[in-house]
Amino acid sequence: MLFWYGLIDTLLPFEWTRHIFMKNALLGIFFVTPIFGILGTMVVNNKMAFFSDSLGHSALTGIAIGVIFGMSNPLWSMLLFSIVLSIAILIVKKAKTASTDTIIGVFSSTAVALGIVILSRNGGFNKYSVYLIGDLLSISPKDLSILGIVLLTVILLWIFVFNKLLLVSVNQSLASSRGIRVNFYEYLFTMLMAVIVTISIQWVGILIISSLLILPAASARNIARNMRQYHFYAVSVALVSGLSGLILSYYWGTATGATIVLVSAVLFMITFTIKLRYN
Amino acid sequence: MRKRGFNQNTQCTGCTCGLCCTQIIDFGVTRSRLEILKNVNLHIHCGDLTALIGPNGAGKSTLLKAVLGEIPHTGKLIFLEANNERTGRPIIGYVPQKLDFDSSSPLSVLDLFAAAHSQMPVWFLRSKRTRQYVRESLKQVQAEHLINRRLGALSGGELQRVLLAFALDPIPHLLLLDEPVSGIDHSGLNLFYQTVSTLRRKYDLSIILISHDLNMVAGYADRVAFMNNKTIEICGTPREVFGNKKVVETFGTGWTAETLGKRRLDTE
Repeated sequence: MLFWYGLIDTLLPFEWTRHIFMKNALLGIFFVTPIFGILGTMVVNNKMAFFSDSLGHSALTGIAIGVIFGMSNPLWSMLLFSIVLSIAILIVKKAKTASTDTIIGVFSSTAVALGIVILSRNGGFNKYSVYLIGDLLSISPKDLSILGIVLLTVILLWIFVFNKLLLVSVNQSLASSRGIRVNFYEYLFTMLMAVIVTISIQWVGILIISSLLILPAASARNIARNMRQYHFYAVSVALVSGLSGLILSYYWGTATGATIVLVSAVLFMITFTIKLRYN
Repeated sequence: MRKRGFNQNTQCTGCTCGLCCTQIIDFGVTRSRLEILKNVNLHIHCGDLTALIGPNGAGKSTLLKAVLGEIPHTGKLIFLEANNERTGRPIIGYVPQKLDFDSSSPLSVLDLFAAAHSQMPVWFLRSKRTRQYVRESLKQVQAEHLINRRLGALSGGELQRVLLAFALDPIPHLLLLDEPVSGIDHSGLNLFYQTVSTLRRKYDLSIILISHDLNMVAGYADRVAFMNNKTIEICGTPREVFGNKKVVETFGTGWTAETLGKRRLDTE
């Protein structure tokens, strides 16, 4: 870490980098935004925007379950619950009895309501509001190592199974005709998303986590013509908005996560204009 | 080794021919307690084009989905080499009726092929070899100029040819065409069928074609399987099947004699 702090002091000798928490947050941005940029490409491909939103919301119930069992850090109960929820959604979705939107809506609102009911017992909901908007500035070196591992996992998965995931996302019949185990990859990706969204929630916040997944990929889609450009633009948009969002939030005194989302929303509008003009 | 099958065997069951073949044995599909398919038997020789016809809801698409392994089914699907040695599950190529995909996706034709062909993740660097390989694949269907286009930006006919090339890599034991040219203009349609014909001869492909275009079926199919009431009711040469009373009743009359007269079948 000391090396990292020294490096920032040398390369970025600005006012906002003087604080240790800002240095940590900066490193956090360098880990979190590529994760979300990369994952987001596939989330948008699979039309899972709403799904990722509900995963975020379900974290409330995860926290609540953790509280019931007296855990000091509810991360494990959150992880467990989000994985169970995502599998449940997939199973019901595969039964094809109702439209996916409806199913996700039902699950998500149930999870949110259940979480709020449990957490608001005895009027103590306020202490959990940090999960709603997240606090990137509270990130610790230990948290950073977790994020580093997550980033590494995503990159490894993207190297080894991306092609399969892509084919499954294009068309399931086509993928299964080529001997790809569609169900396996669907569950794999869904669970991966559940884990990553849940881990990141305490820093990014329930309310905006899906925007962080969707906006970079959506912006990239406006201007990309193939998968390489798509990933390049998505990660760039995520990094640029993460970095500028962090700096802006420092000077404005605003919540970091939300500021980042605002910047990526602006980038989306810019790329959308480019698309309208040149396509 | 695969041999060309000049199949005069009008039976749809039993493999005593000594040629390589794909067999669908006693397929049945039941979903939510509703029987959709039962006792479906089909025997396809290499080089044969078998057309699947029948009224809507007869279970044609369900059969293809079961063959693809996409929906659970009873019965067996096996591929036999020329010496009748079992080789297990055949390699299947599939051209869907209308590829249901996100047309706004930044997915180029090259991305699609590279994802299936190479281990290198397509968001990363691409080797020259892969590009050359894909170009060769596309050349077979006169589509090499489409290599860098977005899949969603292709016309209907172009997309079907690209999908045909995609289904032929690797060369399948069994090629499934599910109404591959519905809604495509006349020239696109002819180009598609000519390409299929050429490639079929080149690779000795076994093909199952679902089609409502009975003229095309009469012109190109070696055998016709008529599906009705959840199973294959009649199976034989186009002449036999189109002469059958039941088939005539289902599709109406008036066209069979003349179209059979100008049969373009390449094996005859």
